[in-house]
Amino acid sequence: MEGWHQLYPGHIPTSPLQKALLAAGSAVMALYDPYRHDMVAVLGETTGCLALPNLRDKMKNHPEGHRILQERPRIHLSTLDMARLQGLPEGSLGREYVRFLEDNKVSPDTRMPPKFVDDEELAYVIQRYREVHDLMHTLLGMPTNMLGEVVVKWFEAVQTGLPMCVLGAAFGPVRLSTRKLQVLATELVPWAIRSGLNASCVLNVYYEQRWEQPVESLREELGIFPPPAVRV
Amino acid sequence: MHFGFQTVTEEERREKIYQVFENVAKKYDVMNDSMTLGIHRVWKDILVHKMNPCPGTLLLDVAGGTGDIAFRFINYVRSVRQRQLQRKLKHHQNLSWQEIFESYQKDEFNSLGDSQVVVCDINREMLKVGKQKAEHLGYSEGLSWVLGNAEELPFDDDKFDVYTIAFGIRNVTRIDLALQEAYRVLKPGGRFLCLEFSHVSNPLLSRLYDLYSFQVIPVLGEVIAGDWSSWAQVKEKVKTPLDVGCMGGVINRSLWTKHHHQVDHSCHLDKTFVNFFLGSDKRSLLLKTAKRKKTTGSRGNCCLLSSGTWGGTWGGTWGST
Repeated sequence: MEGWHQLYPGHIPTSPLQKALLAAGSAVMALYDPYRHDMVAVLGETTGCLALPNLRDKMKNHPEGHRILQERPRIHLSTLDMARLQGLPEGSLGREYVRFLEDNKVSPDTRMPPKFVDDEELAYVIQRYREVHDLMHTLLGMPTNMLGEVVVKWFEAVQTGLPMCVLGAAFGPVRLSTRKLQVLATELVPWAIRSGLNASCVLNVYYEQRWEQPVESLREELGIFPPPAVRV
Repeated sequence: MHFGFQTVTEEERREKIYQVFENVAKKYDVMNDSMTLGIHRVWKDILVHKMNPCPGTLLLDVAGGTGDIAFRFINYVRSVRQRQLQRKLKHHQNLSWQEIFESYQKDEFNSLGDSQVVVCDINREMLKVGKQKAEHLGYSEGLSWVLGNAEELPFDDDKFDVYTIAFGIRNVTRIDLALQEAYRVLKPGGRFLCLEFSHVSNPLLSRLYDLYSFQVIPVLGEVIAGDWSSWAQVKEKVKTPLDVGCMGGVINRSLWTKHHHQVDHSCHLDKTFVNFFLGSDKRSLLLKTAKRKKTTGSRGNCCLLSSGTWGGTWGGTWGST
């Protein structure tokens, strides 16, 4: 019976039928009401059964990724020293990250905790993926408007293989204007795909230990190409 | 005491149910529509039609929360009143326009004909949603909202003409007390109407019903309301045995039967309404009963109706001798 095999706080065990229904329902709801971020999260969890183990294995086989899996760092306002990050030099990861949070008025604390992932380690992997999403924005130089989000989704789709990212990348553009679609198709998406394919796994970076590193240097290290010079 | 599969004290059960409804209040209506594909509206329409209130009726709707029965009652009474007024006008052939206008104006202010409905619910959040709905839909006249417990109603004896409880009695922890209270606050000759799901006896359908309740409804809760756990508990509430036999048993032990009510299994409902989901054994109960006091010679009758079956319908009546 549900509730009896809780693997982590907030875990809701579900039958395969329920997962299928949730996947379908959340996909429809996420398209119908884009403000239902919880539905995007549910979609990710119910469809990630192949991609998540892949990601976890990539992490396990990488020294930095392995350490992350062991130490389980979390990115929360309570764990970040915002004052210190703000004081870091311009162009550093920490400084740019804080700038990104302020400019876009977002917070790392709004990420949904996992509910429907039936493995405790995989639940952490998806949580880590969610919590570093804002750092993706920072590394790619993309704002949190619709266009920026779609670009990040394309990058993440290539990097993680999560069906939710693929769906978001494919369906996100439907709400964009023609002009933006053009920029997206001709410049941004090709760049995001090339970078995504070229870059090493972004979940294998212990960001919390690299706040002082300049963003450009981290981009180069990972293999992310410089963003195209367009206004997003 | 049962809360689904758990054994809890009465007080714990009341608290759990209170919390569930507090959480779901805002999405209650949309969830009802999704879970029953809108059919709950038909069931509630049938209830009010069976009630057939005339202008001047005083209705108490218990566990009425978001106002579904109350609004239907008001609409019904209003249209009955309209027809009354139109008939009256037709007879005023030889009055002057001025006299007709004055008489119409006088009656227009009384569009409900002194009918009133009191919505009583134990849950503050549900009442809040109900009041907002009323404002939004423009219902104000003849409607009042009272916070109260079905087991201990804050009303005087012999006050109401009709008492309704739609999909609410399952949430009452002491059904016997609720029935006693219903008996107390109803006027002699008053009617008690209960709309509720019954026990599904067909084993295949019972399994489908369980499947639907345990597998599908929490998913609907998550997708529509972003709330899995409250809706996962909904079936738990309904799992308490509320089949006809049980209700009959409870009623038999209550004050109703002290006044010579007897069970008569001969009442059949129209078979025109079809239950969308399940076959012949999914039923909604409609219990209609009247209490009879020694002084009046009014006939009390208690009718069990099932709404929505493909196969046979069945029902029972308690009739006073």
